[in-house]
Amino acid sequence: MTKKNVDLTADLGFLKLRNPVLAASGTFGYGLEFEPYLDLEKLGGFVVKGLYFKAREGNPPPRLVETASGLINAIGLQGVGVEAFSEKVLPKLRRLKTAVIVNVCGADDDEYAAVVEYLDKQDGIAAYELNISCPNVKTEGLCPALSPRATFDLVKRLKAASRRPLITKLSPNVTSIVEIAKAAEEAGTDAIALVNTFLAMALDLETRRPKLANVFGGLSGPAIKPIALRMVYQVASRVRVPVIGMGGIMTGADALEFLVAGAAAVEVGTANFVDPDAAVRIVAEIESWCEAHGVAAVRDVVGTIKAS
Amino acid sequence: MTIDRNARLREIRNWDDYFHLAIDAPEIGREARPGQFVMVKVADGPFPLLRRPLSIHDSGASGIELFFKVAGLGTEILSRKKPGDRLDLIGPLGKGFTVSDGMKGKRAFCVGGGRGIAPIYFLARELGDRSVRATVFYGGKRLADIPLRDKFEKAGMEPLCSTDDGSYGFGGLVTELVGLELAKTKLDVLYACGPEAMMKALASLAAKHGVPAEFSLESVMGCGIGACWGCVHRIKNESGDGWTKICEEGPVFPGERILWP
Repeated sequence: MTKKNVDLTADLGFLKLRNPVLAASGTFGYGLEFEPYLDLEKLGGFVVKGLYFKAREGNPPPRLVETASGLINAIGLQGVGVEAFSEKVLPKLRRLKTAVIVNVCGADDDEYAAVVEYLDKQDGIAAYELNISCPNVKTEGLCPALSPRATFDLVKRLKAASRRPLITKLSPNVTSIVEIAKAAEEAGTDAIALVNTFLAMALDLETRRPKLANVFGGLSGPAIKPIALRMVYQVASRVRVPVIGMGGIMTGADALEFLVAGAAAVEVGTANFVDPDAAVRIVAEIESWCEAHGVAAVRDVVGTIKAS
Repeated sequence: MTIDRNARLREIRNWDDYFHLAIDAPEIGREARPGQFVMVKVADGPFPLLRRPLSIHDSGASGIELFFKVAGLGTEILSRKKPGDRLDLIGPLGKGFTVSDGMKGKRAFCVGGGRGIAPIYFLARELGDRSVRATVFYGGKRLADIPLRDKFEKAGMEPLCSTDDGSYGFGGLVTELVGLELAKTKLDVLYACGPEAMMKALASLAAKHGVPAEFSLESVMGCGIGACWGCVHRIKNESGDGWTKICEEGPVFPGERILWP
């Protein structure tokens, strides 16, 4: 059998990607941690760990608990802050021929704006992924992602301030994901990414104590894939901006399901912990599937879900 | 560090819940240093999802040895592997114990508590190769918790054993035994791996005697390669006392930098 060349490129409109596979924020460090295990230039791109303006200390341990086919984390967005990132990490990322997306956090709207303002002065960033799931200090821990109004206000403000495209990453812990997605779209977001982790907990029956110091954490991994797929399908069929789908993607087949459901690209998260080279394996599996199914361009798969 | 998806289990033996695995994994074996660890995949499917961090018990040109106690589902699955089975390992990972050629003739204590004896064998053997005069301390709750006594003896390292219940060797905590020996020894360095309470007690003992010490910390890990920030411990750094990743900056830390809970 002769090998056909599959066109793997993905198109977000504002950004062309080598392939539709991005490594997800919070699971890929600042990218460089993975250099011993994979060629970062074989990825569509990667989203670096969420950045607040200042370095952030994170939650006390235990921060992780494994559950059935899943992982609950409560890291608390520990990180170096925007200045140390720009000085120490970004120069090393800049030389890579791959899309580097920065996940932007804030304890309030002003901090999000300050992060964007600072990063706007740096080169080598393809887009911002807006992490609107950060607990907000001014609204008693509620994050903007839980309210259409707060989402709209924050996205609108940052869209006006930023010189770069904005990808708004939604929380699944809402009553109507479509309502939040539409609020972000109306506010001018360039793309929507979903889902972030599902609020979850685990407890130890013998001690009757929560297994995480933070009590609650975010569930990720294969356990959430069917719910994430449903939400991506719902959102992709109701908004015009490109959708980046994620949630428990472990294989090329998982990734292709999200594309069929309407995602223009996908993010691979927890799989990076299990296999540091998972994202490039997934790219290869997508290519093989396309070859086997006579698909010339993976873009042609996007949104091809059929009526039941 | 390497991902070896074709490591081969050569031999597996056990003493109740304690398991010893000899694994053909030449690349990891050649590179490994005492105190480093590997991330072991335990299932082919998504459950259990995460790899398990296991300390390297010994290493050589053909591969590595692991020694662990069954503590949950992951180690239980691993304990049921058969010779000839393939294993998927990432390693060697982390920063290990300080062992250098310049230590010839120095006096060292190497203390292992329970399953924490795992890296101590590799460490003591490497120290011996460098003519460091190392004494191994091996403590457990009862006789059944110190199954590697013979292995140390066969290698010419006479371990000083202790059991909490007095069923073998010194009756009492291994920290008490170390304290008694320390009082009559001019010691240059102390290394330890074991329960946190044991290491904390040894840290204050070493500090009291002005002896440099290194401790191997343990944690649940998400990735083992510094990406998930799940395995943190309070460590004194130049920039302050922050949550520091055990997998990346450790698992071995100098005693004076560790802030014990």
